[in-house]
Amino acid sequence: MFFPISGAHISPIYLAIVGFIIGVLGGFFGVGGSFIAGPALRLAGLDWNFAVGTDLAHIVGKSVVAVRRHRAMGNVDLRLGLIMAVGTIAGAELGAQAIQMLKRAGNVNLVVSIVSIVVYISISSFMIWESRKTLSQRGAIKGAKSKKDHSAFGPVTRAIQRLKIWPMISLPASGIRAISLWMILSVAFVGGLFSGFLGGGAGYIRMPSMVYVLGVPTHLAVGTDLFEIIISASYGTFSHAVKGNVDILIALVMHTGAAIGAQIGAISTQYFAGPKIRLAFVPLPLIGAAIVIYTMISGHKL
Amino acid sequence: MKRETAKTVRAFVIELAIYAVLVITYFFLVLNLLGQWLYELEIHRRYTYAALAILLIIGQAVLLESVTTFLIRLIRGRSE
Repeated sequence: MFFPISGAHISPIYLAIVGFIIGVLGGFFGVGGSFIAGPALRLAGLDWNFAVGTDLAHIVGKSVVAVRRHRAMGNVDLRLGLIMAVGTIAGAELGAQAIQMLKRAGNVNLVVSIVSIVVYISISSFMIWESRKTLSQRGAIKGAKSKKDHSAFGPVTRAIQRLKIWPMISLPASGIRAISLWMILSVAFVGGLFSGFLGGGAGYIRMPSMVYVLGVPTHLAVGTDLFEIIISASYGTFSHAVKGNVDILIALVMHTGAAIGAQIGAISTQYFAGPKIRLAFVPLPLIGAAIVIYTMISGHKL
Repeated sequence: MKRETAKTVRAFVIELAIYAVLVITYFFLVLNLLGQWLYELEIHRRYTYAALAILLIIGQAVLLESVTTFLIRLIRGRSE
């Protein structure tokens, strides 16, 4: 199928299958799935700037579906999501500007590839250490449906929550009595920066940050992250579309697969405990890194 | 237990088959009709294209979510 906006020839079946896989993963882990979607679109022959922008558009649609499911299960903290959206948008704009700068310099593909490999491997390494340590502690998990979440990083999280930097706010839906607004905005800003720079909703940064830095239970972090992604990815889509980086036809085709996958993923979260979800998350960024490394080595339009 | 699993898998396969037919029809009807128009819009009116892109993806999300929910209820019954 020919997509005139990006000038690419891509099989719609391939796009729908990629969308389905990302939908399942996104619904389950609360991530946009850009660590797979970006490289998968690159593999299909799209330039990085189009892969980044188009992936963001697809993520908006997929997140709408997953959030409706998560909201029904009580996994969305609307207050936290709305606050985070502000920080994310600011970060996403800065990330998108950096992409434009690299596009003009002519080295966008190389720089984004290297940064994405470093980020993906770092996240996986940290999460494998934390979730394995948590799972090895006796009595850490008491039932898959428990919203009480244990983490080996807990002492650091509690220290962050004790920082009294005005204004302090409470997040009753997430079980957080008081936390500095600036901590929430900082986490969101960093997530947004990666979102604008590497594409996607940057859930691979924000979901772990919400758990480890803010102390949000994993199930709620998944649902809230997806809710926040709708707002920030919509902004990112608009920003990239204006800059000529979005092929909405590709995003619409991908989303046909993602719509059903996201529902399956969201329903599945209720059968797993927080640390197990985090441990299962570990291979995902590594798969993304492996695809980027493969395309760099094999020279597939990189 | 095995019977229950087989029932779920069968329902899921039926659901996917119906969904695939709907999606293929959608590809040919909507995307072929919209393709050239969106292409022109992307070249000449970037801001309108950007706003429309978001509306299209959210509209499709709501539509497909309703379709998949309807299919799940239709095939597996109201217990889902």
